[in-house]
Amino acid sequence: MRVSRMAAVATAAVMALSVAACGGGEDAGSGGGGSGDGVIGKAASGKLIIGVKSDQPGLGLQTGTTYEGFDIEVGKIVAKGLGLDPAKVEWKTTVSANREPFIEQGQVDLVIATYTINDDRKKKVAFAGPYYVAGQDLLVKTDSTITGPEGLDGKKVCSVAGSTPAKRIKEEYPKVALQEFDSYSKCVTALGGGQVDAVTTDDIILAGYAAQAEYAGKFKVVGKPFSSEPYGIGLKKTDTAGCTKINEILKAAVDDGTYKAAWDATLGKGGTPAPTFDASKLSNCPA
Amino acid sequence: MDLLSDPDNLDLYLTGFSWILRLTGAGALGALVLGVILAGFRVSPIPVLRGFGAAWVNIFRNTPLTLIIFFCYFGLFSTLGLSLAEEIDVNNFWLGVIGLSVYTAAFVCEAIRSGINTVPAGQAEAARAIGLSFFQVLRMIVLPQAGRAVIAPLGSIFIALAKNSTIVGTIGLAESSNAMKTLINDYGSQTILIFLIFAGTFAAVLIPTGYLFGWLANRLAVKR
Repeated sequence: MRVSRMAAVATAAVMALSVAACGGGEDAGSGGGGSGDGVIGKAASGKLIIGVKSDQPGLGLQTGTTYEGFDIEVGKIVAKGLGLDPAKVEWKTTVSANREPFIEQGQVDLVIATYTINDDRKKKVAFAGPYYVAGQDLLVKTDSTITGPEGLDGKKVCSVAGSTPAKRIKEEYPKVALQEFDSYSKCVTALGGGQVDAVTTDDIILAGYAAQAEYAGKFKVVGKPFSSEPYGIGLKKTDTAGCTKINEILKAAVDDGTYKAAWDATLGKGGTPAPTFDASKLSNCPA
Repeated sequence: MDLLSDPDNLDLYLTGFSWILRLTGAGALGALVLGVILAGFRVSPIPVLRGFGAAWVNIFRNTPLTLIIFFCYFGLFSTLGLSLAEEIDVNNFWLGVIGLSVYTAAFVCEAIRSGINTVPAGQAEAARAIGLSFFQVLRMIVLPQAGRAVIAPLGSIFIALAKNSTIVGTIGLAESSNAMKTLINDYGSQTILIFLIFAGTFAAVLIPTGYLFGWLANRLAVKR
């Protein structure tokens, strides 16, 4: 009895939340392209909220109350480019499922969280960037004989439930036994314990785990990416001015070397050279 | 492809709910068997068994199910090497069933014990007076009446179990909450619709189940 009553309360709470989400979504269209509502206006008013991942070493990792990683450094570059002191940025943890709603409801102004640009997401939000093009790859034990996705038949591979990498394995490599968890750190634990033969997701995320001190020398990234995941910076769909401005900031950051410095301070620590940044591939911001 | 017309999405949805049904079925069976045994322990004349039953109920009823399910994977399987099937999905399914059973058994045990309290003490005394052993009294006199008294609460427990089985998704079974995550990742612009479809399916199955248990409880109750 007690269980079912508690479950009923929880259901009611979820309902209330979803209703709130509906309500929040509606004002997304009324934002207008004006600077008041966009990130430029927000930065001018002295405050910017950036949504980031909190559980991806090297990219967006929360330690205590501070965040660190490449995505965070990119966020600081953007803030600086918008004329805001990076110390005034408020970082907010986002997970994959709540990135679009957070942007639409204005709970965050920007999302820089290993956010792959795709068509369905473009229906709800605008993307500046890409600031990095990742590719799906494999993390294996140092002594593993796996050299690429072709050698995976019958092997146990771990990824996060509901993620794009997991879906790609199911569709394109159906002979692979897929173990899914709700986070990559659990996959990495299972890899360390030998329950799975490989972990798969974007190479940049895997590199972050391989570079973690506690796993030093134990794992390696295979280095044969088999997809292309352009990471963008998400913002309100109507904020064309902000989107264009961020693209300019990114281009300038590459030219003056701050982009490379951001890489070297985070993911580049393990010796991976900074990626080549192709400014001609920057997205077209919605008109 | 569109959310509603892509056959892959339908497949994902159906597979998700079929896992939920299997988890609920197997979990309910396991919990019922374990729960009745535990209830027997809790009313038995042997102090060690009473203590064991009480400890089980207090430990599992007060431990978050997520932790129990995780222990089944990372403790029983990863560390202790308890492998229940070659195939990953089937292995995760049985690990999930173990977790759901031991957790739900604590609630079933308490429900049955409350049912035992509805059986007038005179009946057990009379049964003992004609020479039945403790086990015979329990099996032939007390439990049949106790079980019929607690059909409604058991129904609530099994409804909770059906919803709880979504937690097995955290160790990687492709059940419905897992399928929902996949769809939300693919169709981020239609999250509300996806949510309503999955919540609606649970409600559509579980609300009639609730009425069924209510009806059964009325029909089978021992009228006193």
